[in-house]
Amino acid sequence: MTARIHPLLGAFAILVFLFLLAPLVIIVGASLSDTTYLTFPPQGLTLRWFANIFEISAFRNTAITSFQVAILGTGLSLLIGIPAAYALNRYRVGLPKWLGTLFILPILVPEIVFGFSLLKTITIGLGLPVYPSLIIGHALLVLPYSVRVVGASLASFDFSVEEAAISLGCPPLKTFFTVVLPNIRAGVIAAFILAFITSINDVSISVFLTGPGISTLPIQILAHMEQFFDPTIASVSVLLMLVTVGVMAIVEMTLGLTFLTK
Amino acid sequence: MTVSLTIENLSAHYGQTQVLKDLSISVAAGELVSLLGSSGCGKTTTLRIVAGFLAPTSGHVKLGDRDLTTLPAHARDIGLVFQNYALFPHLTVMENVAFGLKQRGISSSDRAKRATAMLERVGLAPLADRLPAALSGGQKQRVALARALVIEPPLLMFDEPLSNLDAKLRVDMRVEIRQLQKANGTTSLYVTHDQEEAFSISDRVAIMNAGRIMQLDTPEVLYQKPANAFVARFVGFENLIPMKTVARDGVIVTAEAAGGARLHLSQDAFGPIKDDFVLATRPDGLVTRGTGEGIPATLGTRTYLGRAYQYKCETAAGEITANGALSEMFEPGATAVLVPLPEQCCILDPEN
Repeated sequence: MTARIHPLLGAFAILVFLFLLAPLVIIVGASLSDTTYLTFPPQGLTLRWFANIFEISAFRNTAITSFQVAILGTGLSLLIGIPAAYALNRYRVGLPKWLGTLFILPILVPEIVFGFSLLKTITIGLGLPVYPSLIIGHALLVLPYSVRVVGASLASFDFSVEEAAISLGCPPLKTFFTVVLPNIRAGVIAAFILAFITSINDVSISVFLTGPGISTLPIQILAHMEQFFDPTIASVSVLLMLVTVGVMAIVEMTLGLTFLTK
Repeated sequence: MTVSLTIENLSAHYGQTQVLKDLSISVAAGELVSLLGSSGCGKTTTLRIVAGFLAPTSGHVKLGDRDLTTLPAHARDIGLVFQNYALFPHLTVMENVAFGLKQRGISSSDRAKRATAMLERVGLAPLADRLPAALSGGQKQRVALARALVIEPPLLMFDEPLSNLDAKLRVDMRVEIRQLQKANGTTSLYVTHDQEEAFSISDRVAIMNAGRIMQLDTPEVLYQKPANAFVARFVGFENLIPMKTVARDGVIVTAEAAGGARLHLSQDAFGPIKDDFVLATRPDGLVTRGTGEGIPATLGTRTYLGRAYQYKCETAAGEITANGALSEMFEPGATAVLVPLPEQCCILDPEN
């Protein structure tokens, strides 16, 4: 037996899906077009624009930078975010309410403002080189995800379990690693993935922090598009999409996607 | 190894609020003492200070002649059983029980041996490889008990361990806890808000109120000879009637309640009676009769209890709840006399 669905509701649902998926389909199509300009539907089929990505060294280099910045920045944000989330949950009663909000400021402040203020403070103020600036900037950008997602995991963690371990002779720091961390593992992984994807796709922070010789992939895509309006852009986008889909597929197979939306 | 627990002049504050006021308790080696009181009386705070999770403002906690007061919680060697079990969700039953042994650097073969032996004692050996999520509430609490006992702690503490179980299981589990505690001879501190549970499981019970111990005694003494009005009310002496001695004749004291009702009380039954005292009774310590020596009353609501009727009564000494025989039923509004049964009453000093 199936539930009865009004035909209009079904049609509306299909429209929504089309709306969501159409741009992706168009990009995939455009990336395969055998023309020197972006077009849809594709005229002729070729993979040469994908080959072209690997011939342009700027794409290779910025892709490597993007991955490094995303991994290091996300790692740094977790190093700050996990202890912060722990403290916010463990000592919830004694802490002022606004303290938790402080950690999500980077997504509340317009990114362009945030990017500019990072430029002013890190790059100009502290005079840090481009690479560490990018890592610090991205770490701050994704910190809200680390704190909130790990925090959501900790919110359902029973801290008397921690006390039980301590009463059995396990020192507090060891308790954190042997008892608390294994129980919030899913939250940490989810936070890592959300933060990683946010970082690797970021334009507005990176545009301020990248400098001579060092850039990230999204910035390079923009730069390339200003000079050449060819299907390379589409094929890079498809590759980025495949990376995201690949990460999601691994998550789905190992943990199930539901915890990302929990 | 059995040692005593001594809590000396413990005071504790949450911010400006004082939650423990100069609290002292000694638990003899091998004894089980309960802290009994309603929420907010300070019983859990006391337990958490002994466990090392909270620091007292002043006072000391000693186990044998070892002063624990400034020792970190993980170095105290105390077995703890929590209300919500607090099992490690990511570890199997066996790993849960072996956790404390692992912290003590015991080899993995010895760990397995001792944990298995402990699981057999609580009847859970067949479930050793399960995760806590696959256990029932009673099984979880048995694992928690095994986990706390296997480290052979000199002190065992229970924080409302049975509150999350259903009524039948609560009774079974408290018998089981008591048997294990007695067999091991482990000195124990047991926190509960359930009077029946405290009385049935303990050697002695400390009734607490507002950060103080109101009385620390055996369940029998608490139930029959409460020391003050608070404990009397707590153990069911609903009627507290202020009395004044008006005449003494040998051991017989004639006393008057508000409104002039006179009672003759024997000091043989009650012990020495002061000039001002409070007569405390449970509803079944007063019999409602048509006539006799007692307190005149106008009867109100009648409740059928099965073994007796219970009446809400208006008297010159205030509202009193009294029972009456099934053979002699009164209608609301009737007048009667409330006759105290000496063996069911006790005398309180109003100054306590």
